[in-house]
Amino acid sequence: MARRTERMQRLASRAVQIGFLLALFVLWYLATNVWDVNHLLLPNPVAVWQQFLDVLRSGAYLPDLRVTASEFVAAFALAITSGSIVGYFVSRSRYLIRVFEPLFAGIFSVPIILFLPLYVLFFGLGMESKIALGATISFFPITLATIAGFGNVDRTLVTAARSMGASDYQMFRYVLVPAALPVIMGGLRIGFTIALLSILGSETIASLAGLGHHIVELAEDMDMSRMFAYIVFVVAMVALLNFAVSYLEARGRRHR
Amino acid sequence: MSAGNVAVCIKNVSHQFGEAGEAQHVRALADTSLDIARGELLCLIGPSGCGKSTLLNIVGGLLPPTAGSVEVSGRALRGPVPREISFVFQESALFPWNTVIDNVRLGMLFQGVAQAERDKRAKRALEAVGLADFADHYPGQLSGGMRQRAALARALSLETGILLMDEPFGALDEQTRMILGEDLSVLLARAEKTIVFVTHSLGEAVFLADRVAVFSARPGTIKKIIDVDEPHPRKPSFVTSEKFTALRNELYALLHDEIRKAVLESASARGGDGRGNG
Repeated sequence: MARRTERMQRLASRAVQIGFLLALFVLWYLATNVWDVNHLLLPNPVAVWQQFLDVLRSGAYLPDLRVTASEFVAAFALAITSGSIVGYFVSRSRYLIRVFEPLFAGIFSVPIILFLPLYVLFFGLGMESKIALGATISFFPITLATIAGFGNVDRTLVTAARSMGASDYQMFRYVLVPAALPVIMGGLRIGFTIALLSILGSETIASLAGLGHHIVELAEDMDMSRMFAYIVFVVAMVALLNFAVSYLEARGRRHR
Repeated sequence: MSAGNVAVCIKNVSHQFGEAGEAQHVRALADTSLDIARGELLCLIGPSGCGKSTLLNIVGGLLPPTAGSVEVSGRALRGPVPREISFVFQESALFPWNTVIDNVRLGMLFQGVAQAERDKRAKRALEAVGLADFADHYPGQLSGGMRQRAALARALSLETGILLMDEPFGALDEQTRMILGEDLSVLLARAEKTIVFVTHSLGEAVFLADRVAVFSARPGTIKKIIDVDEPHPRKPSFVTSEKFTALRNELYALLHDEIRKAVLESASARGGDGRGNG
């Protein structure tokens, strides 16, 4: 019974959410077709939809997607590797935690995107500067979460494993990692989002290729409906990725 | 007691946390000596902070004593000896990301027990504590009492000669701990283990123990040892017997003064802190 009302409530809020999005679309349609908003400011949704289908069918997005995706994968991989290693070693000592945790947290609060010109000077306009920036930005939340995850493992569990004769490797593999993983996943989630944002953002500011770059190019050509189509494409891609990450997270948390 | 019958020999063991003169300096345990016989169930009882858990951790090799020595089966102790000593902790200390049976298997995995043997022993241990039907549950899905049964199953599966239990039923309600106590008595009568059991419950101590070691207030040391001459498994009717009541009263009289002392000391310590800050 309680389950049923819960499901009804969830359905009801879903309906409101969908209704909200639909209302936005209706407003968009009315603005372009009835209220005659300038098409250079706001293209017709039907035209955007046709462009979107054309982008999908022609595969015109592929070269730019390849660039952005490679930048993201490289940046995220760098951040995960360096962040989890640095985080793990800092978490092994109370002293290091006391010194480095506030330091990393402080740097994390700085808007690192402001250093983009510096990254471009150092690494050029190509993919390298995006990879370096994305890796730097997502390094901090991943490191901080790794420190928190490994630094706050329940002492009782560690003592219990030690009393049963766990070796250092077994302690790491069967106690520390599973205990820290949920917290680290939270950091990966944040790192994932801000790496993607900063890469797409810096592509729109200073770049040679990539989805962000292409969107700005279309804006400069005043090809508004195609630009909107690309924005829709990127939003859909990111939403899909987020969905996949949430799914993985939920699977990892089954026992709670 | 002949040397061959001694499972654990504790000689002049003292322990302090922190150095003398430091703010956190605590003398937890003072010059304690005790022989624990093979196959006996020894209860340690005393006021909070009297060092009974500290002594248990020292015997388990989890904590090196500041002074004195411990011998287990005739060998000096220098760290955990998982092949001889297993633990049940106050909080269940089960790994929440593993199912009950995987928790039991993991302890054996740490000790290099072969896979088939692990499965066999895990099933047997869970049956012994009455959790066979909950093997695939996660600890978070069990009640506190069931979690402690699972922790006991894990300890039993390691098949050690010595079992150390640190207030294993401390966080449970009175009725659950009564039932668990009865089951434990039955289980252990069969298992022929040496057991050291820390508790702050007088009834639990008398009901379970062959001997009860009563601790003085901090710095704790053993004030008196009381024999409970009653065969295992203990029957529920033992609780209502005159013998039980007499032993319980004797324990109460021994403990009462020490608990008063402990309470006074902690109150004055807190007052001292207040002045220090003001």
